[in-house]
Amino acid sequence: MDFNALFSDFGGYTITGLTVGAIYALVALGYTLVYGVLRLINFAHSEVFIAGAFAAIWGWAALGLDGNSVASGFGSIMLYLLVGALIAAVASAGTATVIERVAYRPLRKRNAPPLAFLITAIGASIAIAEAFGIYTRRRPVGAPTLVKNDVLFTVFGAEVTVVQLLILGSALAMMVALDLFINRSRTGRGIRAVAQDANTAALMGINKDRIILVVFVIGGVMAGVAGMLYDIRIGTLTYSVGFLLGLKAFTAAVLGGIGNLRGALVGGLLLGLVENYASALFGSNWKDLAAFVVLVVLLMFRPTGLLGESLGRARA
Amino acid sequence: MRQKLVRLVGGVAIAALALGGAAACKSDSGSDEASGGACDAKIAFFGALTGPNAALGINENNGVKLALDKYNKENADCQVTLVPLDSQGSPDQAPGLAQQAIDDEKILGIVGPAFSGESEAANPLFNEAGLVAVTPSATRPSLNEQGWKNWFRVVGNDLYQGPAAAWYIENELKAEKVFVIDDQSAYGAGLADEVKKVLGAKVVGSDKVQGDGKQSDFSATVTQVKSSGATAVYYGGYYPEAGLIRKQLTGAGVTATLVAGDGTNDAAYIEGAGAAAAEGSILTCPCMPAAETGGTFEEDYKALHGVDAGTYSDTAFDAANILLQGIKAGNTDRTKLLEFVKGYTGQGVAANYKFGANGDLDPESVRVFAYVVKDGKIVPAKEIPKSW
Amino acid sequence: MTSVREWIDSGRHAVAERWHNAPRWMRWAVIAAVIVFFYALPNREFYQWLGPIPTTGSNFGQVLFTVSIYVLLAVGLNIVVGFAGLLDLGYFGFFAVGAYTVAVLTSPSSDLKTLWPWLLALPVALVLTMVSGVMLGTPTLRLRGDYLAIVTLGFAEMIRVAATASDFLKGQRGFNQIPHPPGSYSDGKPIFGVLDPRPYYWLVLTLIILVVIGVRNLNRSRVGRAWISIREDEDAAQLMGVPTFKFKLWAFASGAFIGGLAGALFAGKQNFVSSQNLELLNSIIILAAVILGGSGNIVGAIVGGGLVAYLIERFRGIEFFGVELYEYRFMFFGLVLVVMMIFRPQGLIPNRRRAAEFKDRRKEVIVGG
Repeated sequence: MDFNALFSDFGGYTITGLTVGAIYALVALGYTLVYGVLRLINFAHSEVFIAGAFAAIWGWAALGLDGNSVASGFGSIMLYLLVGALIAAVASAGTATVIERVAYRPLRKRNAPPLAFLITAIGASIAIAEAFGIYTRRRPVGAPTLVKNDVLFTVFGAEVTVVQLLILGSALAMMVALDLFINRSRTGRGIRAVAQDANTAALMGINKDRIILVVFVIGGVMAGVAGMLYDIRIGTLTYSVGFLLGLKAFTAAVLGGIGNLRGALVGGLLLGLVENYASALFGSNWKDLAAFVVLVVLLMFRPTGLLGESLGRARA
Repeated sequence: MRQKLVRLVGGVAIAALALGGAAACKSDSGSDEASGGACDAKIAFFGALTGPNAALGINENNGVKLALDKYNKENADCQVTLVPLDSQGSPDQAPGLAQQAIDDEKILGIVGPAFSGESEAANPLFNEAGLVAVTPSATRPSLNEQGWKNWFRVVGNDLYQGPAAAWYIENELKAEKVFVIDDQSAYGAGLADEVKKVLGAKVVGSDKVQGDGKQSDFSATVTQVKSSGATAVYYGGYYPEAGLIRKQLTGAGVTATLVAGDGTNDAAYIEGAGAAAAEGSILTCPCMPAAETGGTFEEDYKALHGVDAGTYSDTAFDAANILLQGIKAGNTDRTKLLEFVKGYTGQGVAANYKFGANGDLDPESVRVFAYVVKDGKIVPAKEIPKSW
Repeated sequence: MTSVREWIDSGRHAVAERWHNAPRWMRWAVIAAVIVFFYALPNREFYQWLGPIPTTGSNFGQVLFTVSIYVLLAVGLNIVVGFAGLLDLGYFGFFAVGAYTVAVLTSPSSDLKTLWPWLLALPVALVLTMVSGVMLGTPTLRLRGDYLAIVTLGFAEMIRVAATASDFLKGQRGFNQIPHPPGSYSDGKPIFGVLDPRPYYWLVLTLIILVVIGVRNLNRSRVGRAWISIREDEDAAQLMGVPTFKFKLWAFASGAFIGGLAGALFAGKQNFVSSQNLELLNSIIILAAVILGGSGNIVGAIVGGGLVAYLIERFRGIEFFGVELYEYRFMFFGLVLVVMMIFRPQGLIPNRRRAAEFKDRRKEVIVGG
């Protein structure tokens, strides 16, 4: 254990932990939404994320920005970011829709047991990830440097950079928007109704298939934006990163209480912090172990996660 | 329950038949090629040709191809064919492939296995079968302690490269604060340990990360490097992670020079890090710069494959040539060829070869070079003086 | 399309019918023939007549060994997933415990330097994997369904990280020179040598037969009935006086035992164990194999495990329009899983009781579809 490393730059570890956690949280929302409505682990969600991350990079490439370019000028940077986010969100939402249509809906029509859903999800996940791997020849793809990583200000001795602020800010904004959407809008009410009792909701005149599609699309949009933020933070993308990141995001969702939107946020940030502190204490090679130890211990004492599972009662 | 057994057998047979149709065609055409020459000998390349670490394996396979191409042109009456064995660098696959090579009586020698892990899994089989295996790139030092009688290495092991990198950091970069990272692989951790040993107190911090594409976010490591104030970072590991680490270090404003070993010495490193971030990185390699290899190796390679020779293309070329020279000298069975390689001395494009009793390259023959990334290309910087 | 399916279905039913009505001796004869076939399979004198079945890109005997290990793992996981209905995504972790125990106790590169023979390390490995199964099960089996899935997945990942990162477990450097199982021919040559994979395959095959007999008896006993009741409705089972936790733990431990056995056999054959053997994907492949074959049915698990492991290797060396199919194997694997689950969610050879459940479920009215 190396407490020196941790406390010499505690603020720095906290900020990076929160940044990592914000991305986990955005991806975790997709797991939580689908679970809340369908009681199903959407194992293929990690590939929804990867699709967005690749789409953003390829979108920028189409605009003439390759892995070595550096963008400049506030206006054009904002434009690139918006375009990237848009492309990523569309690609991810599209992927999520395709997965829903091809892998889940036929099973739902046959009222298949949960295990069958899990296996199609795993199958879709492997197939999509491999397709990306073959297409990119399993090599890393570089993203352009859009945002200069300058230090913006210092809090408690921790330097906060532009990228970190951008990621934290946009993640929080998206989550607030989602929370409002679920709790205030008509469609949001429909989602909550289906989450509470799908059959009764259907009898009340809610189009269940449409609600499910909306849920997949929302999860896809969140994952797509997370993918673009990931590109900006990491700068390079490999086809295989989705699997572990998806696993972490799912862990985050379970930590916070799967099916609970605010739980996803809490779980994501907590997981990011735990990982980063553990990296400092024990070395980066142990960080995944720390994440899962925390999960197991937490589930022993709170079997439904920190905030409990309830999309239907998200208002509480 | 049991009635399904019948279907089971039928199902397996149908599936296999369907798949086998294509295979049958392929093996037919394969045997046509093989029967072209009178001598009908084969050599095999054993290494990763697909998968995440394929770049090095492809470099090597291309080197072997070049050697064969030359040989077959000069000896049209006695063709030798190449059998590629794609291990994906995984020890799991290695025994099956090794056995496959052993079963093919025509295969007289192996170039490879390319990585150290698969060497541990495959070489016991080659050893038992008396099939000579010359590795152009498995640099784990302990491989020479296993008592394999069939095993030779045409490249200097990590015990030379680690101290050489440390020498460069001390004397050329003049760094007083060094941060050492490794990917926990046998290769990377071995190199990093050697570097730490030589640099001693100058190492102000170290971290271990996950290789094999398991980790892409190195923010915690970057934070540590940043707060350590190091002016040089040594990375023991392969190019995919090295590229990511370099890019993220630069992104966080760390300007320390990255120094890494031959596993990173590949154009894919620059691709991953981006040319701007990779600029100035120092990469060591116990392989000669193409310009010094003499002869027309570089031009020939480019002419045949359309790309520049990469890391270990030259050692693989030499390894194949050693085997081919043996075959040409009439050593056309495994025992004779093994004896030939054991006693081999000669000049190749990458080094002057002579093997010790344990199969390792004679220390006198080892030369380590430093390369630097300049304008998005890896160019030779200088030869590192021998400290062994 | 429909007519083809109907044709296949009717053909299948006809075969099933005939099997069902066949006299007892005939069934035994068929089973015996199948067993003899699989014992004879790795001999070149035999398999060279089998046309396209033997693999071309990798030695067939070696591939058969890998396949047999997967079959053993599938049989073990089938207890946990198929019988007791517990979703275990980290089954390969038990394989790792078995393989590593053998490696640590026997390899000269281990810190312990105990240098035990393989046969002595085997029971220790089996006990340790069972203990690890109970240790993992005690806190986690109180969780239900999806939580259990993620915790078991975490367990396998924890073992991988620990094996990679800890000095004691040697990471990627691994353990080498692990001794082989004992035994020698009359001329003094060891039966379990380096080059010939057949004795290992025969050993695993024999153990598979023994394990299958054991599991089958277990499944037909009180324990098996308790498992089924838990799978069908845990609350109801509890209410009827079935000590559900105890039996879930029992399922976990038996599954772990078989996983550990597979790991120990692998270590004894492979000679070299390192953290590179522990890919997370392996756990998922085995789970997919069990469900593909027909979860809850021993024959289904065997077929699933065998087919998945075999087909992945079979792709090697097949070129299709100049591209080696091996590169695409996992993509095909993924697609096959999706298609398979849509058209045959009960698996290739389902458990009869479960197949009936599937039929029932389909008939249930789904409001708003």
